[in-house]
Amino acid sequence: MRRPRRSFALLDAPGVAGTLAVAGTLAVAVALGASTRATAATPRASLPVIERRVMCVTCKIPLNVAESVQADRERAFIRGLIAEGDTEAQVERSLVGQYGPAVLALPSAHGFDLTAYLVPLVAMLALSSTLALLLPRWRRQARAQAAERAAAGLAATPTLAAADQARLDADLAQFDR
Amino acid sequence: MRRRATPSLVSLAGACLVGLLVYGVTAQSPSRTLDEAVAQRRYPAAPQARRSLPVLPVLSAGSRGTLATGPPASIGHSDSLAAYRGKVVVLNFWASWCEPCQAEAPLLERTQGRLEPHDGTVLGVTYLDASTDSQGFVREHHVTYPNLRDTTGEFARAYGTDYVPESFVIDRAGDIVAISRGEVDQKFLNKAIALAEST
Repeated sequence: MRRPRRSFALLDAPGVAGTLAVAGTLAVAVALGASTRATAATPRASLPVIERRVMCVTCKIPLNVAESVQADRERAFIRGLIAEGDTEAQVERSLVGQYGPAVLALPSAHGFDLTAYLVPLVAMLALSSTLALLLPRWRRQARAQAAERAAAGLAATPTLAAADQARLDADLAQFDR
Repeated sequence: MRRRATPSLVSLAGACLVGLLVYGVTAQSPSRTLDEAVAQRRYPAAPQARRSLPVLPVLSAGSRGTLATGPPASIGHSDSLAAYRGKVVVLNFWASWCEPCQAEAPLLERTQGRLEPHDGTVLGVTYLDASTDSQGFVREHHVTYPNLRDTTGEFARAYGTDYVPESFVIDRAGDIVAISRGEVDQKFLNKAIALAEST
């Protein structure tokens, strides 16, 4: 009978209950944070995402647009692996293990396939450097041409005869009224 | 000089891209070197004969994923074409999803029955096929000849195989004497096996 009273007394003591409450809240927060991190580290694989990344090996088109017996077999295979809790990377590895690298929609990063990544990169670099070289030149040329035109424009401004100037002024004055 | 340099560089870059495209198309398209050699009766050695390929495990009838009646050594084991040197081999690329493969399976099984007593064999190689589907095919068509799995597609590529079924008849010396790109028939097999046995 003493023990409960003692523990009650302990909890009633000012500061102790508060400390316990804070500690409990912290423990719950840490546990929730850990579970969230664990969930974030291993996202659940999704069939539509994997379907976009792999090919139907017989139709030679991405699985998400393929409609064939083999496409359905591949989908069933993927669903089975997802049900077992495999991640997207694990599912892709298993697919490669079964069907070979041809099942991947993206080219591999070695051999001739590497050109699929390198050619656009080289083309972008070449285009950027060409623009970097040519743009200042074009701007200089445009400025020079504008200056030439301005100079030529000033020199070639037509002068009006006194009678024409008077008639023009009269016409403009009519509009001002 | 500068005015000429820019168009020249652009033309060079364009030519490089076209060259790359041509190389890519020719490199990716299946090779027909073996067919040409066989047509000229210069029987070429079977490529990648020493390449080790995983053996397709054999499952018992009605079982789902459990090994029962197949050779116990087949799971996790690999084999190569070189292991069949000294035998007449009908190397057949197949996949469970391929309808002509289903149509020719009984003929190949009969051929196995004919070759086995004479120290020959049909050797199946699955291509672009999941092992469980291949095992279902073996069970359904009562296939008794050995089967390997080409999991990377490199073995098939060495034979210029892009579509299945394709069959290569190999003599005792390991040279290809006949090729069938498509479903095999009795006439082709009779002629090709006779040729392989005579060389």
